[in-house]
Amino acid sequence: MINKILFIAAIIMLLAILLTLYRFIKGPSAADRLVAFDVMTVSSLALIALIANFSSRVIYIDVALVYGLLSFLGVIIVSRYLERGL
Amino acid sequence: MKIKNFIALFLILIVVWILVNNSFSGQIIIIGFILSAFIALLFGTNLRIFDELKFTPTALGYTFIYLLVFLIELIKSNLDVARRVLTPSLPINPGIVKTKTVLKSKMGRMILANSITLTPGTLTVDIDGDTLYIHWIDVCCEDIDKATNAIVKKFEKHLVKIYD
Amino acid sequence: MDSTIGIIGAILTLSGSIFIFLGALGLVRMPDLFNRIQAGTKASTLGTFLSLIGLLIITPQWWGKLILLMIFILITNPVSSHILARAAHFIGVPLADKTVTDKYKEEEKTFSIKDEIKNDTHD
Repeated sequence: MINKILFIAAIIMLLAILLTLYRFIKGPSAADRLVAFDVMTVSSLALIALIANFSSRVIYIDVALVYGLLSFLGVIIVSRYLERGL
Repeated sequence: MKIKNFIALFLILIVVWILVNNSFSGQIIIIGFILSAFIALLFGTNLRIFDELKFTPTALGYTFIYLLVFLIELIKSNLDVARRVLTPSLPINPGIVKTKTVLKSKMGRMILANSITLTPGTLTVDIDGDTLYIHWIDVCCEDIDKATNAIVKKFEKHLVKIYD
Repeated sequence: MDSTIGIIGAILTLSGSIFIFLGALGLVRMPDLFNRIQAGTKASTLGTFLSLIGLLIITPQWWGKLILLMIFILITNPVSSHILARAAHFIGVPLADKTVTDKYKEEEKTFSIKDEIKNDTHD
């Protein structure tokens, strides 16, 4: 029962990531693509945590932590670049 | 002033260490204690960002109340934005308004701006002294005082008691 | 007993995933960049937060890393969306036609001049 509900949640998250991918491809300006990237990474953090629960390996949560850290740095660096150049 | 910075940095480091290691066993806590004390001794003396922290019981109590108020606001405004997204006609009325804050400390202003950003419907675009420029999804009034009453006051009245 | 608590956690995770989906829908539907930031990043933050709370109820032996992940998301997400909005306003991303007022634009001129002076004296 629990696994079924979690599986449905994972499918909904995948659909959400596909929707953000649409904005990532279409977005008229670079800043739109950056917003889509931000939303995509935050959503995939939850998906990675769900996958860690499916395969019951705690090490995948560490992957999520490092992934979140790198995406945060990436968003900050690209927006600084847009603002005034590095 | 110096000892407070040391304690704050030490507490943050050891809490993160315990959370990353995911256990309370004796060896891990001893190693974390030694490493955190060493790093806090090296870098804690010149740290300025903890200058305005207070460890008094009233400040801690109001921090707890503030977190509760903030969580309720977060869920309420999330449901509001979800309703706007699901309505087919997309009922939004966006604009950037100017508001003022009475907070003096930098830490309090930072927490205020981050709370405003984290609640959907309002987004801090820039902060300059005591002036906050806020992008608002549903502008009811462009006047400075009315906008301040609608957005800033509900967080500010608790933050004033913590930081000033 | 154990399974009812697990089902509560699973339902929390499911509601979190619904919030993430609504955020993605808002990202596609909203007319301009600032409204996309409003709908997208905040809803996905709450959605991820709720999902992680649900997982924390289901597998309590992972408490440390899940709590660290939640604190990390709560701290970093407003910072990145704020700096994104400031950069977008700086490079002049157009606002939607529905926009009522833009108090920031009126004072942007003085800001940029001030910044130029500051940079010159710095060098």
